[in-house]
Amino acid sequence: MDPVILARLQFAITTIYHFFFVPLTLGLSVLVAIMETIYVRTGKEMYKEMTKFWGKLFLINFAMGVVTGIVQEFQFGMNWSEYSRFVGDIFGAPLAIEALLAFFLESTFLGIWIFGWDRLSKGMHATAIWLVAIGSNISALWILIANSFMQQPVGYAIQNGRAEMQDFLALIFNPNVWVQFPHTVLAGSTTAAFFVMGISAYHLLRKKNPDFFQRSFQVAAIIGMISIVFVILGGHGQAQHMVKIQPMKMASAEALWETEDPASLSLITIGDLSQRRDVFSIRIPRLLSLLSYNKLSGAVQGINNIQAEYQAQYGPGNYIPPVAVVYWSFRIMVGAGFLMLGLAFYALFLVRGQVYQQRPLVLKIFLWAIALPYLANTFGWILTEIGRYPWVVFGLMKIEAGVSSTVSAGMVLFSLLGFTLIYGALMVVDVFLLVKYAQAGVSSPSLDNQDSSSDESLSFIGAQD
Amino acid sequence: MDLNTLWFILIAVLYIGFFILEGFDFGVGMLLPFLSRGRDYTAVDHKRRIIINTIGPFWDGNEVWLLTAGGATFAAFPDWYATLFSGFYLPLFLLLLALILRGVAFEFRSKHDNPTWRKVWDWCIAIGSFLPALLLGVAFANLAKGVPIDENMNYVGGFFNLINLYALLGGVAAVLTFALHGAIFLSLKTTGDLMKNARRIATRLWILDSIVLLAFLAATYVYTDILTKLGITPGPIPIVGAAALLVAGYFIRKERDGWAFLMTVATIATAIITLFMILFPRVMISSIDPAYSLTIYNASSSPYTLKVMTIVALTITPIVLLYQGWTYWVFRRRVEGKPETLTY
Repeated sequence: MDPVILARLQFAITTIYHFFFVPLTLGLSVLVAIMETIYVRTGKEMYKEMTKFWGKLFLINFAMGVVTGIVQEFQFGMNWSEYSRFVGDIFGAPLAIEALLAFFLESTFLGIWIFGWDRLSKGMHATAIWLVAIGSNISALWILIANSFMQQPVGYAIQNGRAEMQDFLALIFNPNVWVQFPHTVLAGSTTAAFFVMGISAYHLLRKKNPDFFQRSFQVAAIIGMISIVFVILGGHGQAQHMVKIQPMKMASAEALWETEDPASLSLITIGDLSQRRDVFSIRIPRLLSLLSYNKLSGAVQGINNIQAEYQAQYGPGNYIPPVAVVYWSFRIMVGAGFLMLGLAFYALFLVRGQVYQQRPLVLKIFLWAIALPYLANTFGWILTEIGRYPWVVFGLMKIEAGVSSTVSAGMVLFSLLGFTLIYGALMVVDVFLLVKYAQAGVSSPSLDNQDSSSDESLSFIGAQD
Repeated sequence: MDLNTLWFILIAVLYIGFFILEGFDFGVGMLLPFLSRGRDYTAVDHKRRIIINTIGPFWDGNEVWLLTAGGATFAAFPDWYATLFSGFYLPLFLLLLALILRGVAFEFRSKHDNPTWRKVWDWCIAIGSFLPALLLGVAFANLAKGVPIDENMNYVGGFFNLINLYALLGGVAAVLTFALHGAIFLSLKTTGDLMKNARRIATRLWILDSIVLLAFLAATYVYTDILTKLGITPGPIPIVGAAALLVAGYFIRKERDGWAFLMTVATIATAIITLFMILFPRVMISSIDPAYSLTIYNASSSPYTLKVMTIVALTITPIVLLYQGWTYWVFRRRVEGKPETLTY
């Protein structure tokens, strides 16, 4: 088998898997911090219970995010050593800063938060979870600074056979960072909001601790509404940026074969990929121009035109990503996004009228809607990364040039199988624990016993000593 | 001193920090099954929870030292990072699996009350602590010894080239040293029977570790170029390390756990410093041709990147040290037995 394909498959599997856990960590850390802050401000026990209940689910998820994140830090060198040599002068810096600035902060203060319930004042304890939340979100910033260099290389010069950093600030203020970072972080809080609303809906359906879960639902509904609106607006900004810097990604996402002015938006397209044309398509006139430029006309380049242009610019080769994957990823992400927007409005209606019990079907839908942010997160990244094909660093390095030359296909296959098996098993365990603790609610025996969440349970050494 | 040398030192410091800190939690993890034997499940489980809780607030923060060392290597010496990580592919893959299982095991094992569930996670902790110690010992011994690296900076040795007598001795030395370090940490952080058992194991481990470390030091004269680098009398640093280890034995017997711990800290630190002194100014020694070795100059980032990273590192690192040090202050007390007070 081709070592490049295997290495790509391994990167895809380990990264997508890692990103199942990251968005919830980003968002739920903030949500738990808000809950604990309300507890510190009001002194109401219910918010302490809320902090602990959602905090426990946060911890189960966080552990998975951390351990799968170590793989990310290592596999650039393991599987993509030529890439690492070529961009290390630029790419290594944000990774090192991420570890130094963010990983230390989140892991150290998480330890303090888990074990420090009776060791610290209430205010200090709440500060600890805020520092975890800040640390996680700073880590998102630095890894996106690194990823943005792959999307839109800036602040560099090709010297000594590699890309060398010329301007560190240009790297940080890469325009791509500032459309990608807000979109990602808000996707995190959207994920957390739908996670909390879904589990709360489950308990509201069973009328267990209705007061507790109505409050949880309320906090999440507000955060969810704000987040999803800005995720969509931010996504719109990102798409407009994409038209400028990676027109091929946009053209593929829209299955737009030939340049159009004004450009139409595809609602649904069944294409003939080998002939590079549509078989069946429903398109809305002018809408793509409107979305790309905020006006009713303007040329949006088509796949065939860009291919010809890139061949002239970069030499012969295929510059067209797998159009079907990019096209459908885009639609799944946007579709899930708009469904969440609708549900977020409905959530506010539920909160406002306090009519949860009258709407059991809606509560069921909210439970299932936990899947929506996960779909959107995953396919958003598939769009971003596959849509960059054939580049690993846009315009500078093609994917196959980045792979480790000394790692054989057999070795990659071995590790690929190993990761897949362990990751599969851990997913079962993780879901089992999340379901167990989510179902247990706040007053069931499993939360009051020694293992877990009685008042002392999150402490290192008891209150009595 | 140029920035290349500074970054060589900074990476050494990161590894020293990592091995001192994660060293004791690796050790505690390895000893978990051995310090909690018995027929009564409840009693065994209770002991295990105490043991795990001694490192509960720390292990994750300790592990970040390794991630930071990896990231710093990538940023300052990209070719070192690329050659090392692609060259040592399979050992690193095993290291990752071990760290993954170990990390979730801490978080998951006490979240479900089932003997089989907990036993499986306990073994994940034990093996997940043992295997990284062994693999890192093997890897660092190979670094000191030199590995086949061609003119394109690529490791061309395959997996079995990494398995040799000297490297294995390094692996065993790392396992025993961290086990001893962990046993002393446990004597510091527990009470009663557990503390007594930890001290007893520390005494035995100390003898074994002293013999193996001595053998490893002797082997270092055979397998590495320490003679040409440091001379027949290797200078104060390895000697301080050996002396610290000897004194550690004295303090273990006198039940002065804090002092004993400081001594194993010194042993680990001096061992890593010695290794980096053997390497300097190389970062990966080619056994094919000395001219192919990676050095702090031919493997480094550009002067501009090194400058940026120096400013960043010198600003942030003191703050990290401060708050991480504070954690150890917050959780300075011994972990006592009351089950309701145990988190993990």
